This record gives sequence, C-alpha cells and structure tokens, in this order.
Amino acid sequence: MTISDLCTLVNGTVVCGANRMNESVKYAFASDLMSDVLTVKTNQFILITGLANIQSIRTVEMSDTPFLLLCRDKEVTEDMRELAEESNILIIKSPYSLFKCAGILFSAGLKPIY
Amino acid sequence: MLLEYKVEGGDFTQAGYASSQIKKTLKQLNVDPAVIKRVVIALYEAEVNIVAHAYRGVIYAQVEGSGIKLRLEDEGPGIPDIERAMTPGFSTASQQVREMGFGAGMGLPNISDNADSFKIESSVGKGTTLYIEIKFR
Repeated sequence: MTISDLCTLVNGTVVCGANRMNESVKYAFASDLMSDVLTVKTNQFILITGLANIQSIRTVEMSDTPFLLLCRDKEVTEDMRELAEESNILIIKSPYSLFKCAGILFSAGLKPIY
Repeated sequence: MLLEYKVEGGDFTQAGYASSQIKKTLKQLNVDPAVIKRVVIALYEAEVNIVAHAYRGVIYAQVEGSGIKLRLEDEGPGIPDIERAMTPGFSTASQQVREMGFGAGMGLPNISDNADSFKIESSVGKGTTLYIEIKFR
C-alpha cells in the first residue's frame, strides 16, 4: 500500500515527511506501549499510535522504520516535528481512533506483524 | 573508538539522544543494518531506564572491528533483586514513565534478547551498571 493511499483511507493530514508519500508499506503495528513496539523485529512497518510525545518519535527512529500514524488528531509539538524531520520520518495525523484506523487499514490489505 | 554520553535522570525530552548518535556512527561505519537495530534497541531501552529510574548516568560505547561493547553506569537507587527485575512484566516505573509509553517490565528482557552478552551489576543506594556486547558478525 502506498503511503499516499494510506493517508487518504484514514482521512489523514501529512505533518512532515511528505517526500515519502510515494513509498510503500506492507506491515503495521498498533500500540500505545512503546516498550512493545521495541520488541518488533520487522523493519519498514507503520506504527499506528495514540501516544503523541517525543518518545513515540524516538521509538520509530530506533525501530528503523520511517512511518508514523497518529490517531485522534493528537497534537504534534515543535520538538516532535523537528526530531521527525531530522530523521526523515513521515508523520500522518488522522481524526479517526486507533481502532478505526487499524480496522480500515487491515481491511485494505495492510498486514499485521504478529 | 570510545564514545561517551551523559544522561540526566528524569529528562524525557533528551532520552534517546545518545542512542540516536550511536546509531548514526554505526551507519557511517557501514555496520549491517540488522545488527545496528539490535544495538540501538538494547541501548535505547537501557538509556530510557537511566532516565526513568536513576539520577544521572554515563553511557560508554567502545566500537571495535568485531563488535560494540556498551557500559551504562548510573547513580541511582540500584536494583535490590536483579532476578526479579529481569522477570518479564515486573516493573517499578512511575506513572510519568508509564505515560511516556514505557514501564511495562519489558526493557531488561528485551535488552537480553538483543544482546550477545548482557550483565547487570547493582548496588542498592549507589547505582547500577549494565554491560551489553553485540558482535557485528
């Protein structure tokens, strides 16, 4: 699935990393628990989360993936945006809940890691 | 090459800075990306632990041709029962730490999972030192 299609499906807005809109992603992991995200061995997945803080950006960076979907239109602070831009991480914001985002994207063919 | 980074306890805005810098260094050295991920995940977990539990600490990263040796020394409360601390799900993290998305008792087991060698030394009331080794091949 292209990031551009994913963004449309969740009625999303690109916060930063728009240069990655034509890239593709196969897998997703949805969690607000960063400790759990850090146990994921797959690279190149999109993290779907409602946790909007500097450590959710760090976790994406350490997980060696460049894609983050923030649910419920959570605010992205300037610090978060700067850190994401520094690591060329794409952030999309969706007004939908984590459950709804995950449901839509799963139905559209995005694969679970486990 | 010996890299050294100071870590402040409680400062979640900076947590991960050292791990990020070491990740960049290993990329420049053309280390296998799969190995870099293991190093960085183990290191980031350990760095977050210093921020979450200790007053302050220092991260030493010795990069050699064959691998990386990490030593994380903190001044803090120490770990009274290391075996219990290693038990998945056991945590003494504060509410603040949990709100940041951590503190689920998964950090130390995940460090162990990613490391080729992992040792904890701790002295109650003084602090904790973690030794993590990961080979490049």
